[in-house]
Amino acid sequence: MDEIDTLIQIKGLRDSLLVSIAEAPWEEQRAALLSQIDARQAFFQGARLALDVGTQIVKVNELVELRDRLSERNVSLWAVISESPTTENTAQLLGLATRISKPRPEDTRQFAVQDLGEETALFVNRTLRSGTRIEFESHVVVLGDVNPGAEIVAEGNIIVWGRLRGAVHAGSKGNERAVVCALDLLPMRLQIAGDAMNVAGRKETGTPEMAFIQDQRVIIEPWQPGNTG
Amino acid sequence: MTAHVITISSGKGGVGKTTTVANLAVALAADGAKVVCIDGDIGLRNLDVVMGLENRIVYDIVDVIEGRCKLRQAMIRDKHLTELYLIPAAQTRDKNAVSPSDMTRLCNELRPEVDFILIDSPAGIERGFRNAIAPADRVLVVTNPEVSAVRDADRVVGILEAEEKRQTGLIINRLNPVLVKQHDMLSANDVLDLLGIQLVGIVPEDEGVIVSSNRGAPVAQDPKSRAGQAFRNIAKRIRGEDIPLMEFGRQDGLWDRIQKMAGGRKA
Ligand SMILES: Nc1ncnc2c1ncn2[C@@H]1O[C@H](COP(=O)(O)OP(=O)(O)O)[C@@H](O)[C@H]1O
Ligand SMILES: [Mg+2]
Repeated sequence: MDEIDTLIQIKGLRDSLLVSIAEAPWEEQRAALLSQIDARQAFFQGARLALDVGTQIVKVNELVELRDRLSERNVSLWAVISESPTTENTAQLLGLATRISKPRPEDTRQFAVQDLGEETALFVNRTLRSGTRIEFESHVVVLGDVNPGAEIVAEGNIIVWGRLRGAVHAGSKGNERAVVCALDLLPMRLQIAGDAMNVAGRKETGTPEMAFIQDQRVIIEPWQPGNTG
Repeated sequence: MTAHVITISSGKGGVGKTTTVANLAVALAADGAKVVCIDGDIGLRNLDVVMGLENRIVYDIVDVIEGRCKLRQAMIRDKHLTELYLIPAAQTRDKNAVSPSDMTRLCNELRPEVDFILIDSPAGIERGFRNAIAPADRVLVVTNPEVSAVRDADRVVGILEAEEKRQTGLIINRLNPVLVKQHDMLSANDVLDLLGIQLVGIVPEDEGVIVSSNRGAPVAQDPKSRAGQAFRNIAKRIRGEDIPLMEFGRQDGLWDRIQKMAGGRKA
């Protein structure tokens, strides 16, 4: 790992990411954060960020500039945590929070996507709206809808507890045993491994369904207890 | 007084943001509220035209931000309603002349003196949009009952959710009941079903809107106009009155229904 990664530490909070930056000149901290975000765009897409700058004194224009750069990347800065009262004041002036309820130890986990085992899933507890794209190395579970214009690409299964209207690709690295399930399966695009199904003209069925590959083609069947293979 | 800051956004252009700002402003002011409109569409200003104040502009918002005039000097008073003001956009400057923090500061200066600040947002989700939503207490998303407009509105709602702007509302503009009946237009329910945010009003398609925009006299002032009535109703809802929808009921999305059954909040 290069030097940049050692400056930045990311923890997942309940509904946002806590980014701690090690002591360094602001220019370096800023560059490290932005390059980290650019390198993992899919991960940071739509994220809310709380930034822990330690003892660093951050000036108004620096914070404003960073917030704008983040916002261009569809990342929103909502809090700045600092040991410096000056920086806290600055953050408050800009309408940012300066306190976050400290996560309990079990809520905190280090995000290191490369370490995830095969059976790990990304859990998304909200509706995915148009313009959102999620790409993940394993399964993706959505508690909410996937709206038209949203897209999920998963190497494993895709489970949507809600309405699936966007584009999905399960088994994206070629896993033909991957499945797509939804309470209401009406995607704009549906692909499993190498086979894309023609979904044009499909109508609402009013029942949960599952898509999987049989004889190299994607087929859709009503979900029944016990048919999950 | 501490003003309620409401931004009107859409994603897609031409759906009726500027029309909505002008009409809500007129309706609120006619009801006795003190209202300031801010045209956030730098470089493409037209709220002044729709409000009929074009030839009174001396200073604009960029002049205020860059310190060339006092805030008061850039506030143009309406011709008829004495408690209605407009801060116009700059015609020529580039969009980056204003930042989100500038907008927040400007609104904070106005807040103690007025009841409502209405901000007209430009199309798109770039800088101008970010400026317009930065100071907002509430964002009203305008859409037309068309697939592409709804898709863009959805995107805007997604950004608002990510930005923690929890107070959102939906205005469906240019609904044509005849086309909906023939299944040639999305119905209000189709739109709501997808967006799943609170509906604050439905405005019918009405030729009078175009005519009155050109004359600089928003339809909300015309007691006979149906679109005007719809805008007046929205203004009342913004003030907290419980006014029934003109003729369309609201229906929750599947997801809302599940959340409600579970007793939870919207995710
Ligand atoms: N309810 C309506 N019925 C008919 N025409 C409308 C209606 N609302 C808006 N319009 C017209 O649509 C055009 C675009 O409206 P405008 O408010 O300028 O959109 P935006 O600010 O979102 O770009 C204008 O010509 C306006 O007069
Ligand atoms: Mg406009």
